[in-house]
Amino acid sequence: MGITFRKETFRDDFTFKNSPEHIRRFPFPFNEDAYMYAVNIEPHVVGPKGSVLENLIDVDEHYVAEMQDRALVLAEDPLRCQSLPHMTLAGWDLLELLMEQQALGYPEHFTLERNGDRWRWINRPLGIDDTFTFGDVSTLPYGPMEYITRQSQGDFCILDQRDGNLWMDAGMVTTQADWSLDFDIGMNFFEWHAPVPLAHEKGIFTRALKFLTNIQQGKPARRLNWTMTVNPRLDTSPENYHKWGPDRATVTPENVGDKVHLRVELQSFWRLPRSNGIVFPIRCYLIKMDELVTQPKWARRLHRVIRDLPEELATYKGLTRYRPTLVEWLSKLDDDGPTSPGFGPD
Amino acid sequence: MSTGTTKLDVVVSDVVPVNDLVTRFHFRRRDGELLPTFSGGAHVVVEMRDGDRTRLNPYSLMGSPLDTREYTISIRRDDVGRGGSLFMHRQVKPGLEMVISYPVNLFSLDLRARKHLMLAGGIGITPFMAQTAQLAGAGGNFELHYTCRTASLGTYADVLRERHGNRVRLYHDDREERIDLERLLSSQPLGTHLYVCGPAGMINWVRARAASLGWPPETVHFEHFAAPQPGAPFDVELAVSGKTIRVGEQQSLLEAIEAAGVDPPYLCRGGVCGQCETNVISSDGKFIHNDHWLSEEDHRSGCKIMPCVSRFEGKSLVLER
Repeated sequence: MGITFRKETFRDDFTFKNSPEHIRRFPFPFNEDAYMYAVNIEPHVVGPKGSVLENLIDVDEHYVAEMQDRALVLAEDPLRCQSLPHMTLAGWDLLELLMEQQALGYPEHFTLERNGDRWRWINRPLGIDDTFTFGDVSTLPYGPMEYITRQSQGDFCILDQRDGNLWMDAGMVTTQADWSLDFDIGMNFFEWHAPVPLAHEKGIFTRALKFLTNIQQGKPARRLNWTMTVNPRLDTSPENYHKWGPDRATVTPENVGDKVHLRVELQSFWRLPRSNGIVFPIRCYLIKMDELVTQPKWARRLHRVIRDLPEELATYKGLTRYRPTLVEWLSKLDDDGPTSPGFGPD
Repeated sequence: MSTGTTKLDVVVSDVVPVNDLVTRFHFRRRDGELLPTFSGGAHVVVEMRDGDRTRLNPYSLMGSPLDTREYTISIRRDDVGRGGSLFMHRQVKPGLEMVISYPVNLFSLDLRARKHLMLAGGIGITPFMAQTAQLAGAGGNFELHYTCRTASLGTYADVLRERHGNRVRLYHDDREERIDLERLLSSQPLGTHLYVCGPAGMINWVRARAASLGWPPETVHFEHFAAPQPGAPFDVELAVSGKTIRVGEQQSLLEAIEAAGVDPPYLCRGGVCGQCETNVISSDGKFIHNDHWLSEEDHRSGCKIMPCVSRFEGKSLVLER
């Protein structure tokens, strides 16, 4: 059967939308009516059919449009994709992982043929059919990381592991929630997390680092993170703040449902076999409020979460300006009824 | 969640005596598929089912990471150890089905290095077999200095010389050949990383010399698996699971805990990775700490123990397990 890929935009006229099936598979990040940081890491294993966890690397109806948007970002700003010289081997590790997983999960769209070092990669949605030599950079049009991440949804950070720490030494980052690879490149785990409020005091990063440096091959892990974005814009980078920052002042009671989006990141962590690095895919899912509130449980719960969110977190997530408008709008959909446990819609 | 590794069902595809002390074992997957790719310096934990006992010992993978049709490990026979190496040497034959862990790398190359300077002593050569194969395939810059007792016990010295020529230097104890460490460490180009694997005395000697010559600690890498030592039997109370166990003379504390059906996380089983760190609730006696994970302060405090390599002598020991 295969996926019907939508023609849509994440900029200018913002035609992005989720189909009804995609609304129901949205990875809603709240399993209770309140939110606080926790080390919410769990094994990244295959989940129920019809969920975003049906495959460990998820491809959905936004694939083609997201890849087109990524190409536009890179054309304007090539520094969104960087790889320090010692990270090429890790780039090949990532290429193998993403080709294998996409071919495994979506054989009607992707095919990988391996004949020793000679590999053939067919990507039907993007019209690619390339044969290359694994390990030989000169046989690909880009470096291995850039080549495959121009064909894979989500941002990718490749972390080098040494000295008991993780170092942000390579990445493809074009769909980020207000952080910059160009700024963070070469930083260690504590350095790049320095701006996050509250979590340091709770010792969360020390524990998280200990966990991540012990991630084993064949045993990936995952967590969800979230924020909100005005307009379905994938590229909310500091570099382009002048383009999207002012959007936050455009939210009115009339347009909340269409303009405000919940932005969920499915973050996963994988040990890379040849380089012993860690790859950290950050897959961004967007859903507009009008779509989200079609599920009454989510409408009630989101109202309670946003209403009760600690001020520091609201500020860090950039919600301050439109939070009252959003809470007021959501409150009309909250009948004070109970919400069932768990993430999924009723 | 458990931080252990996934297991691999393998069959012993070959057993090759290398010299008087060392035997090489080859493993393939039982289902005929390729084994997972690994990086030079990685080890696997081999499960040895010896009657009603199970030993789990870590061994470095020594094949080329570019060839995953089989894994190879080399084991030196230890006649006074706890019997793991003797079991492998005497009872493991081609065709035997065994279980090993996924590869784990706690002795990884630093790929930023402009040059990799490797120092091996004895059976400590095995991780360098894989690392040199990996680096040679990628045009990497390395130099290996290998100390062995005699030429006939210089495991794989001939193979390494043939593969890498002058990049491998050999030192034989019986000919009184010694690494001129001072000169070697003083004459390296900027950006060199140092790797050492061998007996504890050698590792300590190299680390101390490197430190006194001003090598930054993050450029000095060492593989320091301690094999669990045998010792007098002792009893332990596992407070969480409500069990009392006896640790046998040839058994490690971790193995005794596992034999009682309790499964603490582990990766290295050699006192290095920190996974099986266990809190002591109370004790009356003396700890025999053999790990490289806990701080000296932790050792003195008597509040923590690494059950993979450390033991206890005394009246009572209660652990939070």
